Amino acid sequence: MPARRLPLVAAALLLATAVGPVSGCAGSTPATSTTSVAGTAAAGCPVSVTDPWVKATDTQMTGVFGTITADEAIVVTGASSSVAGRAEIHEVVQADGAAVMRPKAGGLTIPAGGSAILAPGGDHIMLMALSAPIQPGDEVPVTLACSDGSTAAFTAVAKPFEGGAESYVPAEGSMGEMASPGASPAA
Amino acid sequence: MGGHGDLAGGEAAAGREPAARGVTRRGLLGALGVGVGGLAVGAAAGYAAADAAEPATASEPPVGSVPAPGSMVEPYLGAHQAGIATPLQAHATLVALDLREGVDRAALVRLMRLLTDDLARLTQGRPALADPQPELAAVPARLTVTAGVGMGLLEAAGRAELAPGWLRDGLPAFAVDQLEPSWSGGDLVLQVAAEDPVTVSHAVRVLLTDAEPFATVRWLQSGFHRPANTAPSGITGRNLFGQVDGTENPRPGTEDFDQVVWVPPGTSPWLAGGSAMVVRRIAMDLRVWGGLDVATKEASIGRRLADGAPLTGGTERTPPDFAAVDADGFPVIPATSHIRLAHLQAQAERILRRPYNYDDGVRRDGSAEAGLLFVAFMADPSAQFVPIQQRLAEADVLNLWTTPIGSALFAVLPGVAPGEHLGHALLA
Repeated sequence: MPARRLPLVAAALLLATAVGPVSGCAGSTPATSTTSVAGTAAAGCPVSVTDPWVKATDTQMTGVFGTITADEAIVVTGASSSVAGRAEIHEVVQADGAAVMRPKAGGLTIPAGGSAILAPGGDHIMLMALSAPIQPGDEVPVTLACSDGSTAAFTAVAKPFEGGAESYVPAEGSMGEMASPGASPAA
Repeated sequence: MGGHGDLAGGEAAAGREPAARGVTRRGLLGALGVGVGGLAVGAAAGYAAADAAEPATASEPPVGSVPAPGSMVEPYLGAHQAGIATPLQAHATLVALDLREGVDRAALVRLMRLLTDDLARLTQGRPALADPQPELAAVPARLTVTAGVGMGLLEAAGRAELAPGWLRDGLPAFAVDQLEPSWSGGDLVLQVAAEDPVTVSHAVRVLLTDAEPFATVRWLQSGFHRPANTAPSGITGRNLFGQVDGTENPRPGTEDFDQVVWVPPGTSPWLAGGSAMVVRRIAMDLRVWGGLDVATKEASIGRRLADGAPLTGGTERTPPDFAAVDADGFPVIPATSHIRLAHLQAQAERILRRPYNYDDGVRRDGSAEAGLLFVAFMADPSAQFVPIQQRLAEADVLNLWTTPIGSALFAVLPGVAPGEHLGHALLA
């Protein structure tokens, strides 16, 4: 079936990101997220992302999880995605006996050789104003912004997931307009 | 019991060779901390006794050098899926799924992407992404996940025209069948097998969580064998009738095996390197069988119960002499015996049997809800399985005590290469 050859290869390339660790940080050039070689980052944003996934949702918000490992000390200050109108780095804290999430002031500070773990109930990347539902098995592109202005791109696979039932507390004056605190449809 | 048909099942049809990594029986025993000299406890006792003729020696590797059974992994990448040529694990769950309305080719790609990523991680002892119980993934125990697709999946994918004839036509009705829809059919099957039932349970839970948006469970069946560390050596496994079975399976790693099991390149390129999988749930009347005398039991199968040797003598591995007659001129191996009917009439009639015993408890009337979860692989069921099963259905005396109550046929997808998902050639 020669006619099917090309899409087949394309699919295979896309999928490489779903299985292996994803590395990428090449200044303003999004790393080809097909490479799964860790530690090939260019100077400035030496991070690799392993086990990235995103919670499938039909709401307008969701969380991205995984492990960000840095070769050198770095601060991840923000994130973006072509499927989201806005993305932020969030943390989950206890407030009045309940878990609430809010923007993480200062971003993720990762020491050289260290990792930041993004997990339900903890730090995570919040995708907001989603342009469409994220369906189970979708591959969602995410780009990290690092403190020196460089970026690192990776792809997160969407998983059906019940959990992460935190309520959302917008930062003072920044996101009061968020109409859909739907990050936790299971709540 | 050396035939190929429905009841040709048992503990070790796919072979019970020590698993990969050079683990020996002795090593396993040592790793379990069981002494051969008489301190064996519980289930390990039979195993130790079976090995007593060859006492442990000082030349054995130290216990610490042998991987614990729970840490052993089976590869998941390759031309063929794991779980077919893989030495039979002690526990398996087969689950068949029905696709939800509206699941199309694009959705199937997403489903296969998730399932492939799950099995890539779990079989290697790593948690799945979003694993609800990641601590349970730490014991891979030779976990394999084998995926097969039914005709319904090809239709949902808009690929019905790619189905081989045997998948399009399905299995014929057999005279002995009393099939129940709740044990039959399915659009997608997952065979999940490992040496540890907790590992199997966890993997099934993860896979079903990811499949849930795409499909519902049609049936789920679990089965078991003796684990490697309790199975007696020297005799192939037994089913719940006590019958030794698995003697005539093709041996993995041989050209013979490859010809019997794998779909060759050619007619169905998307299936090349895959296989066909027949699943039959065969209820066995353990109560009535248990009341039969040994001679009747042995005549029904054509083998001795004690050691699995054919009634014409020798050992388990001795070929049956179907021409032999007794003093009265009757065949020593009766005309209605299982092994005579299952015996290949043509070289093409060979299959790989990889069945499991099942025991789901006791009915209110005291009878056992037990039997054989017959699982077999072959390149072409219409040429290799159907002729055998038709002979068995017509005359096998074992039909008196066994009843097929479930039946399903799937095309086992080829193996996965790095960066690919299961079924990529079908769904691309």
